[in-house]
Amino acid sequence: QQPAQFTNPETPGYVGFANLPNQVHRKSVKKGFEFTLMVVGESGLGKSTFINNLFLTDLYPERIILGAAEKIERTVQIEASTVEIEERGVKLRLTVVDTPGYGDAINCRDCFKTIISYIDEQFERYLRDESGLNRRHIIDNRVHCCFYFISSFGHGLKPLDIEFMKAIHNKVNIVPVIAKGDVLTVKERGRLKKRILDEIEEHGIKIYHLPDAESDEDEDFKEQTGLLKASIPFCVVGSSRLIEAKGKKVRGRLYPWGVVEVENPEHNDFLKLRTMLITHMQDLQEVTQDLHYENFRSERLKRGDRKIEDEEVNKDQILLEKEAELRRMQEMIARMQAQMQMQSEEGDSTAVHGHYV
Amino acid sequence: PHAGPVESKNEAAMSELVPEPRQKPVVPMKPMGINANLLGYIGIDTIIEQMRKKTMKTGFDFNIMVVGQSGLGKSTLVNTLFKSQVSRKSSGWNREEKIPKTVEIKAIGHVIEEGGVKMKLTVIDTPGFGDQINNENCWEPIEKYINEQYEKFLKEEVNIARKKRIPDTRVHCCLYFISPTGHSLRPLDLEFMKHLSKVVNIIPVIAKADTMTMEEKTEFKQRVRKELEVNGIEFYPQKEFDEDLEDKTENDKIRQESMPFAVVGSDKEYQVNGKRVLGRKTPWGIIEVENLTHCEFALLRDFVIRTHLQDLKEVTHNIHYETYRAKRLNDNGGLPPMTVETEENHESNL
Repeated sequence: QQPAQFTNPETPGYVGFANLPNQVHRKSVKKGFEFTLMVVGESGLGKSTFINNLFLTDLYPERIILGAAEKIERTVQIEASTVEIEERGVKLRLTVVDTPGYGDAINCRDCFKTIISYIDEQFERYLRDESGLNRRHIIDNRVHCCFYFISSFGHGLKPLDIEFMKAIHNKVNIVPVIAKGDVLTVKERGRLKKRILDEIEEHGIKIYHLPDAESDEDEDFKEQTGLLKASIPFCVVGSSRLIEAKGKKVRGRLYPWGVVEVENPEHNDFLKLRTMLITHMQDLQEVTQDLHYENFRSERLKRGDRKIEDEEVNKDQILLEKEAELRRMQEMIARMQAQMQMQSEEGDSTAVHGHYV
Repeated sequence: PHAGPVESKNEAAMSELVPEPRQKPVVPMKPMGINANLLGYIGIDTIIEQMRKKTMKTGFDFNIMVVGQSGLGKSTLVNTLFKSQVSRKSSGWNREEKIPKTVEIKAIGHVIEEGGVKMKLTVIDTPGFGDQINNENCWEPIEKYINEQYEKFLKEEVNIARKKRIPDTRVHCCLYFISPTGHSLRPLDLEFMKHLSKVVNIIPVIAKADTMTMEEKTEFKQRVRKELEVNGIEFYPQKEFDEDLEDKTENDKIRQESMPFAVVGSDKEYQVNGKRVLGRKTPWGIIEVENLTHCEFALLRDFVIRTHLQDLKEVTHNIHYETYRAKRLNDNGGLPPMTVETEENHESNL
């Protein structure tokens, strides 16, 4: 008798584990995805408008814009807002981390501290959870991607941009974005992009690199990936309004000389950036886990329980501790040697297979 | 000759006292409707023509400073204003130039001629301003430069054998470029204008205005005006120097409605509706620099060059320079400073 229900006569020898990806997919869909996106850039570059456009939601409903006098005293803040977005049954728990106050002060030397501390804190928390006893519900709040907004008014990167990116490129995936792209002509846009890329290379800044399309992907995908790679840094325009243009309602900006459409690839790279983010969410998470987090983890474990600030203060103490440890080890070795001496003197051959430690 | 107040103080007191700073130059009182019963034409009104001819022959100096973060279009705007390549960036500029680590002062002079009138224009650029990570006190080199020009003029003025026409390097006008964030002024903008509005005529302009829609522009301008007012920043034309009602009405309108001018600059021409216009060509349209529905460049140009050029110079000379001079005299114990002719020994009691 044949176990009919377990074989498929058409494909004999087919076991069926090729179905695994589908199972993973279904489980992931049920579980939902988590993604944390950090947004950094000076005030007034259109970051909030852009984020709202990206996820077609209003993440900043009660926004107050401060005047210059108020900004003089303020330090950089970290504001995280989480939304749950669902599309075709797929749930995304998106956290956007905003950094108001960055780049505003007359002296921006301390701009980075708050932001870097935040990124490290998330790594620290994850490390603790991962090393803990109950690992079932680890929440991943690590920053998977940082959109760094560069002003389109300048001639390239500012000293602040360079210093900041250098300070975080080993901690988070940086995606540089040129803001307010509608102030540039096509030529100016090309020149600015090239200048920024040159400066990034010159200063050894590591930005997120899209992985090349695999050889078994279809041609369309390969072409799309190539196009995305060639457009970095993305130059975007954002809008909170719907404008009537060419007979239909589009998201755009209405000027006396024309309409800039957010979703028109000839006008700006918004669609490209959105595509890149969506199609590479998984990769961004992987790189965060495999590269940035692992970096943090190894550094952290090497340091032990000591914090970096204490390290500088307690250098002498550390030295003493190390010396003590060295002495202990030497004493232990001496003891072992003494014991081995004793064993050989007693002439007990079996004791040679010692488990002495 | 220095003009003092006529009405209140008596003559003796006037010559002893050091004049208070920031007093308005006295406008000769208008004749109270005396009909001189002129029996024929004398020709007094030809003085205007005589002055005009003189000005044309001697020409005049105009020194304009531009201040603002790198990339706000300062050099392009100045070139557009004077329809010539007069900025630092036109004289052998390398586009790959790096941002300087400290604020530099670069003055470029040009002689431009129009309708027989020669203008010796000096454009003073301030690269490096506002571009560093730490911009504390980055206005100091600029304030120092402005005061140095006053000092130079003063030294020349107190010379025993002084030149007939003292070369005027004083900054007549400082265009301050505000970044069009659409939110508000930046702390650095406030600090700069607070310090410098006391020593020079500041005209705030909103740069790269083609990044804002009409609504955003109006809102932003209102916000900026309010912030300037709340922080006690008096930009040019300063309210206290309005000479008469006519001035006041005209300047009020400019101060409360037009300024700060939201401008766009360009040195490229395009064809629009059969005309060649200065503009910027984008995939969604051509921005015409001199079209008032697109931006306020034409207002700025008319204001600085066509209507208030002379006034800018006068306020600089009669107010800002006099303030500096009075302070120097006061510091010197109320004595007029004396200099010996030679440059080597700075033998003045300054």
